[in-house]
Amino acid sequence: MSKKIHVQTNINGLDVDLLCESRQSLLEVLRDVLNMTGTKEGCNDGNCGACSVIVDGRLIDSCLMLGVEAEGKEITTIEGVAYTHGLHPIQQSFLENAALQCGICTPGFIVAAKALLENEPEADEGRVRHWLAGNLCRCTGYDKIVRAVLDAGKTMATQSKSES
Amino acid sequence: MVSTAENKTQYKVVGTRPIRHDGLEKVTGQARYSADINLPGMLHGKVLRSPHAHAIIKSIDISRALALPGVESVITSADLPQPSGRVADLGEGAMMNPKFLSNNVLASDKVLYKGHAVAAVAAADQHVAEEALGRIDVEYEVLPPVLNAVDAMKEGAPILHERLYTAENPFVRPGGLRDDSDPEGGSNVASHFVFELGDLEKGFAEADVVVERGFRTKAVHQGYIEPHSATAMWNRDGHVTIWCSSQGQFAMRDQSALILDISMSQIKVIPLEIGGGFGGKTLVYLEPVAALLSKMTGRPVKVSMSRQEVFEGTGPTSGSFMKVKMGATKDGRITATTATLIYEAGAFPGSPINPGVQCMFGPYDIANGRVEGYDVVINTQKTAAYRAPGAPAAAYAAESVIDELAEKLNIDPIDFRVRNAAKEGTRRLTGPVFPRIGYLETLEAAKNHPHWSAPLEGPNRGRGIATGFWFNGSGPSSATASVNQDGTVSLVEGSPDIGGTRAAVAMQMAEVLGLPAEDVHPSVGDTDSIGFTSTTGGSSVAFKTGWASYEAAQDIKRQMIERAAYIWDVSAEDVDLTDGVFHHKSDPELRFTFKELAGLLLETGGPIVGSAAVNPGGVGGAFAIHIADVEVDPETGKTEVLRYTALQDVGKAVHPSYVEGQIQGGAVQGIGWALNEEYFFDDEGCMTNSSFLDYRMPTSLDLPMIDTVMVEVPNPGHPFGVRGVGEVPIVPPMAAIANAIKAATGVRMTNLPMSPGEVLKALWDSEESKNSD
Repeated sequence: MSKKIHVQTNINGLDVDLLCESRQSLLEVLRDVLNMTGTKEGCNDGNCGACSVIVDGRLIDSCLMLGVEAEGKEITTIEGVAYTHGLHPIQQSFLENAALQCGICTPGFIVAAKALLENEPEADEGRVRHWLAGNLCRCTGYDKIVRAVLDAGKTMATQSKSES
Repeated sequence: MVSTAENKTQYKVVGTRPIRHDGLEKVTGQARYSADINLPGMLHGKVLRSPHAHAIIKSIDISRALALPGVESVITSADLPQPSGRVADLGEGAMMNPKFLSNNVLASDKVLYKGHAVAAVAAADQHVAEEALGRIDVEYEVLPPVLNAVDAMKEGAPILHERLYTAENPFVRPGGLRDDSDPEGGSNVASHFVFELGDLEKGFAEADVVVERGFRTKAVHQGYIEPHSATAMWNRDGHVTIWCSSQGQFAMRDQSALILDISMSQIKVIPLEIGGGFGGKTLVYLEPVAALLSKMTGRPVKVSMSRQEVFEGTGPTSGSFMKVKMGATKDGRITATTATLIYEAGAFPGSPINPGVQCMFGPYDIANGRVEGYDVVINTQKTAAYRAPGAPAAAYAAESVIDELAEKLNIDPIDFRVRNAAKEGTRRLTGPVFPRIGYLETLEAAKNHPHWSAPLEGPNRGRGIATGFWFNGSGPSSATASVNQDGTVSLVEGSPDIGGTRAAVAMQMAEVLGLPAEDVHPSVGDTDSIGFTSTTGGSSVAFKTGWASYEAAQDIKRQMIERAAYIWDVSAEDVDLTDGVFHHKSDPELRFTFKELAGLLLETGGPIVGSAAVNPGGVGGAFAIHIADVEVDPETGKTEVLRYTALQDVGKAVHPSYVEGQIQGGAVQGIGWALNEEYFFDDEGCMTNSSFLDYRMPTSLDLPMIDTVMVEVPNPGHPFGVRGVGEVPIVPPMAAIANAIKAATGVRMTNLPMSPGEVLKALWDSEESKNSD
């Protein structure tokens, strides 16, 4: 058993202290150390996007980052997307557009969409398809996912206008 | 878009689009899938896999692995009971020779493919377990592998199973072994059979045009995003609990019991959410391994596969070699057809050759035909079911030849199909006679669709169509529902929900009870909590479990009518349920809403639970026609799908959004199969593209929107007219795209996938032959 390292990080707005091995990926740390199993493993080599998380504002595959690299970072996972008293517009849009079937890729898609729409709520179909090309879905053929993300973008654009 | 073919009953819930019951858990990350189980004191397992495609296991030495700190147990097939080679019928669709099933989980005397499981380790964490795998010393005697069916059928080919004999009856499950006393040697052909109808010679004599073509398709994987994982706890009293995701918790229970040689009632399988299956999660792989490791260690053990293990150790679907010959008259009437289909089963018998043969010419009324099928074992992964098992490859061959016939006769390809369309009363080549089906209505909808008449602008573009048939499945299914005092109903059903069937099943109950869909709360029960339910497969769940739910609702309705009658002191015959209100047929004063009566149950005689266990007949087949527009880049050979429309007879769409989703998902898997996906093997039989980087499934960037048209020709065999919908959409895409490529380039592609390199080669070959003419 290798020696464990103390890591201080921030996950979904909460400061977290954890111990992990230097060989453990952030994905493993989330799932196996912190029991945050909403982030999924589909390939463990950066090709499916099921483990998407946002680190310091940047969308990444958590299987490609080491847990120890989380030191001092701010991380958003699927568990941190919903509001305290309601769903995020992207989550709501996925439900209303029936944009999931088995649901295993859904957390990754929602996190990826969040990383896009928070900066570009008016992204068009081409941009959405390009952005989501790192997330594999085998059930839906992407049609309803793309529609859900476009719809959520409209909602978010309206919301940010009414807020400003 | 829903196209209504005939007047139908109007429903209140069936046909609407409520938010699915399990949706919230799935968009928030709360839903628990197979690998999301973490138990106190849990160990982690890993499986050692064969580096060779064909070898005898001379010896296995586990001592160095056991000596590694943190390693708790190492098992091999020597720790499993060795079941007999007698074929057992354990369930639909899959080979069930217990010896083969067991040997696929852990190899005994021989390894039969690269990736074949040989041993397993339980350790403190997965890294230690992985390290331990490298310390298991296996001595192999490497044998020459045989890597395709044509080679495997040759005289003198390496034989995989020394005692395997060729079954000659399509209705006998392949995989029988000869007795040791039988001097005959083994064969790689596990099954060979023929279906014949009419007079072939006469049929071909009547033909004005005959087309004959050969086709080759490669193995492709189901590609579910969730890798297999199983967690087991072998309790001290001999009872085992297994947490896993699968398409059938009862199938996992029964197969595990067979392999572990314990009674099925000693095992409880708790179904977790399933992250995609498409047929590939119908067989046990890890469940018995996790159970045995738990037995050895007295602790819960979780075993999960990596993506590479999923590719190398679980079932893709068969590669195939096919030949089709078909004749037609000048006026476009098919007079005769023959076909030979050779399907590669992988290391153990049981390719989907039978459904492939049965569905191949399903859309057509053909008087004279002969179809011959072979199930052949080779040194690759044991194949597993994949969406409409067997039908897509067969349809690729059949629909390519039909396209060529229509082209030669200068007849519109939809019209050509209309002239030969199967309808109610048509006898299929393989025997059965169709009940009411909606093939003609679907063809009509395609003909009238704006896509069919839209101009194709620009060079190198082409449009193709193809049709497909899948017979759909049924099977035993159970449902239990309890009325809550607040007027809702908790429904427990036995079918794992892969793509929204909880909603479709709950909606059928809500319809009967006059409740909103949201007031029926569905969940999937474990094997101790719900009656036997056959596997989620064959597009059966909305049909069979929908039916169980319908019957359980009828049971509730009957009991609640009796209760209302008891409270009112009237005869139950005078009470009815209409739109969610129990009422006396002649006294308008006597009425209870469902909720009012539900609130009175405990004080008027006790709770009400409805239940049903069914095994319904009356399955209605499904037909689809797809229209594809493509552009082929003459420089690179890359095919881009520009526009795609999938039309399908869906019977009655219970939740239209999820029916559309099934159609879109199936079409896109078919597009992947058509253009990119294949298993690459080196000469030694090692898969060389076992990652999502190199096994190229379609991404959002590769596709247009997938338009769907749901034609509704209700199935007279189901209370709400339901037909299965999930599988037939993967049947037409390969031929539709091949036919579109032909239209775009003039080149007919007879091998799958039609990857850029293959298309380019075909373009060059065609140039060369033109130049040499």
